[in-house]
Amino acid sequence: MSGKTLRIAGVTRTFAGQGRAKPTLALQPTDLTVAPGEFVAILGPSGCGKSTLLRIVAGLDTPTAGSVTLDGMTVAGPGPDRGMVFQSYTLFPWLTVAQNIRFGLQERGLPEAEQHAIAEKFIARTGLKGFENHWPRQLSGGMQQRCALARALANDPEILLLDEPFGALDHQTRELMQELLLEIWEADRKTVLFVTHDIDEAIFLANRVVVMSARPGRIKAEVTVPLPHPRDWTMKTTPDFAALKAWLMGEIREEVRKAAAA
Amino acid sequence: MKPLVPVSAGARVVLGAGFFVMFVALWAVATYSGWVPPLFLASPGKTLLAGWSLLTEFGFAGDIAITVFRVVGGFLIAAAIGVPLGLLMGAFKPVEAFFEPFVSFARYLPASAFIPLLILWAGVGEAQKLSVIFIGSFFQIVIMVAVIAGATRMDLVEAAYTLGARSGGIVRRVIIPSSAPQVMETLRLVLGWAWTYVIVAELIGATSGIGHMIMDSQRLLDTGQMIFGIVVIGLIGLVTDFLFKALNRRLFPWAVL
Repeated sequence: MSGKTLRIAGVTRTFAGQGRAKPTLALQPTDLTVAPGEFVAILGPSGCGKSTLLRIVAGLDTPTAGSVTLDGMTVAGPGPDRGMVFQSYTLFPWLTVAQNIRFGLQERGLPEAEQHAIAEKFIARTGLKGFENHWPRQLSGGMQQRCALARALANDPEILLLDEPFGALDHQTRELMQELLLEIWEADRKTVLFVTHDIDEAIFLANRVVVMSARPGRIKAEVTVPLPHPRDWTMKTTPDFAALKAWLMGEIREEVRKAAAA
Repeated sequence: MKPLVPVSAGARVVLGAGFFVMFVALWAVATYSGWVPPLFLASPGKTLLAGWSLLTEFGFAGDIAITVFRVVGGFLIAAAIGVPLGLLMGAFKPVEAFFEPFVSFARYLPASAFIPLLILWAGVGEAQKLSVIFIGSFFQIVIMVAVIAGATRMDLVEAAYTLGARSGGIVRRVIIPSSAPQVMETLRLVLGWAWTYVIVAELIGATSGIGHMIMDSQRLLDTGQMIFGIVVIGLIGLVTDFLFKALNRRLFPWAVL
């Protein structure tokens, strides 16, 4: 376990209105602290601003007010210390699997041999052996996201930001990907901030689940997941899991209803 | 026939060749039957004969070579400056704001309208011919490349940022490679247009080239030679198009072209 403490303090985001339209408040002042080695899931209905919050942590969006710090250093823009996996497929289509994974390492100017060694390690860990020289268009959605995960991990970021990375995958593939991610986290204990609207996914993966309200988003509840590690899929059928799920479903339903009424 | 259902490779060749055959057949019928007098339209046979004499007696191969040189030369100069400028405009919005209005204006200026001026400025030599091609191609290339580069997928740019890339890396490692296949397609298109400009340039104030030969043949009312010249241009276009497509498939195996 290593890494830095992520502190989100009073982060607010207002989007300017088009023309004479009034500006929209997407995110109410939000505070959240993520300790090194924690796996935190941000759970919320669509459009609640959870992705906006993650993008602000990544430095891809700027908060209207408030600040994001990593061990006291203010986040002013995107950087390799905060690796990200997106919901959309963002592998570079002109690079092979191995070249995609080496992208950040090349940017850092690591020696070739080291780049190859690191890429090889993460190709093995994400089960992409034999696909090193494939183009992204030749891969299934699940494999593309595994490669995107390997690409983010190869850069050895302080914190891993995952924006519904399995959202576009079918149910079975998604479950396999969750297990893969869990396995990696259990081995490395890298700090993870994971955005999802899937309750099962949040409980199964995270140590702590943060529930966000309907737009304008704010953190309305927070719960620690008491399930022990290592976890496997059988955990999804335990009473503890079911109880937590029932409680979270209640919280989320209320927000979805509000969002639908708005 | 059902909409959008693909055609097999064999059928594609047969259908494509079929139209050529039909076209020549119609031409043959129209001329050999005497329906169109030879003064206006030479028959396919006469055209081929005229072509043969052009190549063997009048050194037409040299005309073809000089015309190809003019097209390719003017086009390469335009591409060498236009592609980098277009990429910069697409990547950096202030650069685009600076050049775009002028380029949009300039690309509507017909290249052929500059010929009299260019003769005044550059004489009737090669510089003038290359300038016509350059004017005709350059602004089109700039504007189209700028649009392509500007349409780079934002999520790929963002992914590169989170992997540690900065502005230079974004341009070099995301915008340029992602735009490359479409830029090559644009160049293929513009090269086609460049051929129309070169012929116009050669119709006025030229002493060599395919366009000049066509002009000379008009004085002699030799429709066979004129048609042969036009057909040669079409064939060269067909070949360069084919080469361009083959090159793109080789250069960009990752893209679905």
